[in-house]
Amino acid sequence: MLSSIITISLGAILINNFIFSQFLGCCPFLGCSSKVDTAIGMGLAVTFVMGLASAICYVVNTYILVALHLEFLQTLAFILVIAALVQFVEMFLKKSIPSLYSALGIYLPLITTNCAVLGVVLLNVQNNYNFIESTVYGITGGLGFLLAIVLFASVRERVQFAEYPESFEGFPICLVTASLLALAFMGFSGMSIPV
Amino acid sequence: MNVKKQFKDGLITNNPVLVQLLGMCSTMAITTSLFNGLGMGISVLIILTCCNIVISALRKIIPNDIRIAVFVVIIAGFVTIVDYVLKAYLPALSESLGVFIPLIVVNCIIIGRAEAFAAKNSVGASALDGIFQGLGYTVVLTVMCIIRELLGKGTFGGGLLNGGEGVAIFGESFQGAMLLTMPFGGFLTLGCLIAAMQFALKKSEEKKKKKEENK
Repeated sequence: MLSSIITISLGAILINNFIFSQFLGCCPFLGCSSKVDTAIGMGLAVTFVMGLASAICYVVNTYILVALHLEFLQTLAFILVIAALVQFVEMFLKKSIPSLYSALGIYLPLITTNCAVLGVVLLNVQNNYNFIESTVYGITGGLGFLLAIVLFASVRERVQFAEYPESFEGFPICLVTASLLALAFMGFSGMSIPV
Repeated sequence: MNVKKQFKDGLITNNPVLVQLLGMCSTMAITTSLFNGLGMGISVLIILTCCNIVISALRKIIPNDIRIAVFVVIIAGFVTIVDYVLKAYLPALSESLGVFIPLIVVNCIIIGRAEAFAAKNSVGASALDGIFQGLGYTVVLTVMCIIRELLGKGTFGGGLLNGGEGVAIFGESFQGAMLLTMPFGGFLTLGCLIAAMQFALKKSEEKKKKKEENK
């Protein structure tokens, strides 16, 4: 049990990083990474929602959809669960931790359309993970996202002062930066963990 | 209705990927062979067109406050249909696109066009918008696939031609830059394509300005 948890965690954070090797969650990754502070906030919010969504969607999938043979409703059910969850988290934070709520601001509702969240839930089903494995995969996948977005934001802050061809202004130079980070993360793919 | 302008918008001046910068995840993730690119592009084209038609037809009934939720449910319905059709008739494609087919639900292109176009325009115009924006997406995917496959593996039409192997353009002994078929290549190719697009759009704007000045 413990070894499978460690395998999943290392895989999700480093080897199969959600952004650099699976391309899940690229929109917020490119959109919310101009400053390190917002990147950290976004990363933490995504981690939280991914963990919670994995746990709840596992329960919904196993005890409602599979039990009633409604597997064809998976995509629909998951996206509704995630949307409701994000709404709930938003209301909860607004009431109880207003400082964190104001720090996350607009990014919170945007998590609904983050494909990393729906992606992790679908991957849990595809890989036949049990409840604990699903939750761990969700949380560590989120941590991998956090690591990636913080690294990327700190590089981007420096790229602003660099000189590059005019046509690369804006998004293209970010993508090239991301490609170099992806190259660095490819180094982890040589790691193999005996299960 | 201005069909010509919509066509140009979808493919060039307002291309969903290269100009609006929507739907980047799938663009980078699945463009490793021509078969994947075409399959994904056409799936999105069909879903986008159907969603645009339905949303535009219902635009006066859907309450404004919960419109996003309604859009998502409509989109998820069509995505599920396409997912199951692919699983039944094109299992190879369904397998190689994997989780990215159900992920079309959260593809920003579809919800973006629903919000920006279908919710405000007539059914006919929305259908055309869906087709042209979907075409724009398909063209970009195809171009990315061709570049990455050609430089990465030296083949053309992987998954489609020559029994799925693709036709070797540079001969059998060609050793491609394997890096381009990996995630690194996805980011880099898309970055270069967007840069090229920005360059081209700027050039054409300058030309227009010069023409006006000469007049």
